[in-house]
Amino acid sequence: MSLLDRPSQALSSGGMTLRQAWGLAGLLAAAVLAWLVFAAWPDWLNAILISKKAFVSAILNGITLAGLYFLVASGFTLIFGLMRNVNLAHGSLYLLGAYIGYEVTNRTGYWLLGVAAGFAVLAIVGVIMQVFVFRRLEGDDLRQTLVSIGISIVAADLMLAVWAGGTYQISTPEWLDGALTLPVITAVRSNGASVFLTYPLYRVVVLAAAIVIGVGLWLMLHKTRVGMMIRAGVDDRAMLQASGVNVHAVFAIVFAVGAGLAGFAGVVGGSALSVAPGEDVRYLLASLVVVIVGGMGSITGAAIGALLIGLAEQIGLVYFPTYGIVLTFVIMVVTLAIRPQGIMGKAR
Amino acid sequence: MRMHRRTVLALAVFTGLTAPSMALAADDTIKIGLLATFEGPFTVLGEDGERGAMTAVAEMNGTVAGKKIEIVKGSSDASPDSAVRAARKLVEQDGVKVLVGPLSGDEGIAVKDYAKTQPNVTFINGTSAAQDTTLRNPAENFFRFSTDGAQWMAGLGTYAFKDKGYKKVATVAEDYSFPYTQVFGFMAEFCKAGGHVPSKSWVPIGNKDFSSVIAAIPEGVDAIYVALGGADAVNFLTQYQQSGGTAPLIGGSITVDQTVLTSKGKLKDVLKGTPSAGPTADTNDAPAWKAFVEAYKKQPGAFPSPSLFAHGYYVDMKATLLGLDKVGGDVSDGGKKLREALSSLSFDTPTGKVSLDKNRNAIADIFLTEVTEGSDGNLLNKLVKVVPQVNQTLGIPEDEFMKLGAVNRDNPSCP
Repeated sequence: MSLLDRPSQALSSGGMTLRQAWGLAGLLAAAVLAWLVFAAWPDWLNAILISKKAFVSAILNGITLAGLYFLVASGFTLIFGLMRNVNLAHGSLYLLGAYIGYEVTNRTGYWLLGVAAGFAVLAIVGVIMQVFVFRRLEGDDLRQTLVSIGISIVAADLMLAVWAGGTYQISTPEWLDGALTLPVITAVRSNGASVFLTYPLYRVVVLAAAIVIGVGLWLMLHKTRVGMMIRAGVDDRAMLQASGVNVHAVFAIVFAVGAGLAGFAGVVGGSALSVAPGEDVRYLLASLVVVIVGGMGSITGAAIGALLIGLAEQIGLVYFPTYGIVLTFVIMVVTLAIRPQGIMGKAR
Repeated sequence: MRMHRRTVLALAVFTGLTAPSMALAADDTIKIGLLATFEGPFTVLGEDGERGAMTAVAEMNGTVAGKKIEIVKGSSDASPDSAVRAARKLVEQDGVKVLVGPLSGDEGIAVKDYAKTQPNVTFINGTSAAQDTTLRNPAENFFRFSTDGAQWMAGLGTYAFKDKGYKKVATVAEDYSFPYTQVFGFMAEFCKAGGHVPSKSWVPIGNKDFSSVIAAIPEGVDAIYVALGGADAVNFLTQYQQSGGTAPLIGGSITVDQTVLTSKGKLKDVLKGTPSAGPTADTNDAPAWKAFVEAYKKQPGAFPSPSLFAHGYYVDMKATLLGLDKVGGDVSDGGKKLREALSSLSFDTPTGKVSLDKNRNAIADIFLTEVTEGSDGNLLNKLVKVVPQVNQTLGIPEDEFMKLGAVNRDNPSCP
C-alpha cells in the first residue's frame, strides 16, 4: 500500500510538475510587472530606477522599437529560412522604402499612400532582385552573400546621390499626432492630483501595425497553401521541389513579401524616427542580431528576438547609456553559447 | 588567354587611375588636404564645411602666391579612427603638406595626436571644437583659428539665468568630447550665476530613439539644454514635440545651427525662441558678414545662411591661404616658415578679428542668439549680443582655469 501510495502522494504534496513551475514563475513575473506599471512607486524604487516615468517609458519604447525591428527582421528571416541566402542588402531595402515613402507622402500629402508605395515598390524591387540576381546564383550561398553586400554598397551610394546626406522626417497625418494619456500614474503632486503617463499615439500605432502584421504572417504561413509550401521549403527544399511545386514562384513570393515588409518598415520607422544615410547598416545589423537571437527562419523567433533586443536597447539607453550597446551583443553571445541555433531555431 | 587579357585590362585601369595624380604634383600647384565628414551622421555638416572652405578658395580666385590651389578631399564618418585614416591617406598617399580639418571634437583630438607624428605637415583645424585639442598637450603643428566649444557658449549661461530666469536646467548631449566642452562652457557660467543642473543625459552619437531619454528628464526643470548635432538633433526635437514636451529649450551651438534649422519636418514650434550662442549669428548686420553670406551662397546647394561649419572651415581655410600667401606658397622647408607665419597671423574675418594664443587656439568674438522665424518662413538665429574677443580660458586666469580640470561627463557638476 505504501509503495503504491507514494508516487501519487509525491505528486500531490511535493508540489508540481515542471510545466506548472514555469507557469507559476510566469504569473509571478507578470504580477511584479503589473505592480511596477500600475502601483505608485515608493521612494527607494524611484531612487534605483530614476523615476517611474522613465522606467515605464523605456519599457513601452522598447516594445514599440521591437515592433519596428520585427517588421524588418521577419522579412529577413523568411528569406534566409527559405533560400539559405543571407540577403545583406536587406537594410538598403529598408532605407529605399523610407525614401520612397517620404517622396510619395510629400508629393501627394497622403501618408497612407506613402506607406502603401513603400511596400509595393519594394515588393517589386524584391522580385526583380530575386529573378535577376539571386536566381542566377542559386545554391551558391557565398556568392549570393557577396553579391548582396555589393548591392548594398552600390545602393547606399546611389541613394546618397539622389537624396543627399540630409535628414528627412516623413510627416505623419494630423490624426496620428499628439500623445495618449495612459491610465498609469507616474507621480502624485503635492495637492493630491495624479500625474498620468503620456505616450505618443503614433508609437502605439506602430506597435499595433507590427502585431497585426505578425499575426497576419503567422496565419499566412500556417493556414494558407502558399504558407504550407514556404514551411515545407524551409524544412526541405529539395523534397518540395521533387513533389512538383514551382519553387521559383515560391521564392519570388517570399522575396516580395520580405522586401515589401522592409519597405513598409522603412516608411513607418522613418515617420517615428527619421531617415538618413547609414540607417541601412543600422537596421541590417539589428535584423541580423534579432534573427541570430530568435532563430533563423522562424517568425515567432523574430518576434521574441526583436522584443529582447528592443527592450535591451531602450533600457540600456536610460540606465547605462555608455555601455548600452554592449547589452545587445551580450544577449547575442549568451544565446550563441547556450542555444547556437537561436531561441526558436531548429537544430540542423 | 582570358586571364591574361584581364590582367592587362586591370593594369591599364590602374595606370589610368594613378597617372593623373602623379602628373598633378607639378611645381605650379599647391595641394591642400580638406578633411570633413562626407559620410555618416554628420554628412550634411561636412558638406557645408566644404562649401565654407571653397568660399575661401574662390575668394582667392583659386590661386595663392601665383600657384594654383588643388584641394584633395578626405572623408571621415565623425569617428576618430576614420578621421586619422583619412588624414593618413591625405598626408602619406596624396602627399599634402597642408591639411585643413577635421570637423568634430573627437576627430580633432585624434588628428592632433597624429599631427605629432608628422612634424613636417601643417594641420589647420576645420570646426572640431573639443577643448583638449589645443588646451592640454597640444601639437606644435596644429592650429585652430575657429574657437572651441566652451568659448562658443560665452554669455549663454548668464543669459539663461538672469534674462530668462531659468534656475534648474537638465542637459541632453552626445557622449563625446565636443558636447562635454559645450556643457562645460554653459555650466561654467550658469552654475557660477547660481543655477543648478540636476540631471545630465549623455547619449551615444547616432542615437535615433530619444523618447526614453526624454522620459528620464526630471519633471520640474525650468529648461532643457540640448547639445546634439545633425540628425541626432532633428530626432530629439521631433520626438520631444511628439511626446508633448513643454519645457523650453536652450541650444548648443550646433543644435540650432542652419544644418538643423533647415531640416524638413515639424521642428519650428519647438525651436522658436530657443537661446543659444556660437561663433556666428544669421542676422548679423556687419557688412563683412553680409558679403560673406553672398559669397557663400554662390556655392552649390548652399543653405539660406552659412552654418557654423561653413564659417569655421572658411576661417581656417582663409587663415591657411593667408599664411601660404605670406611665405610665397613655399612649404619646401617642411612648413617651418608657414607655421611661423600662422602663429603670428591676425586677420579680420566676417565675424570680427581673430588671433591665436600661445597654444595656437583662436581668440574671437562670440554671438549670443535666439531662434526666430524669418520673413520667408526660414528659421534664423537672431543676434542678441556680441561677446567680444573670448579666449580659451573664458576670461579666467589660466592657472585658475586649469584647476577646473579636464572636461568629461561629470565635470563640471552643480546638482
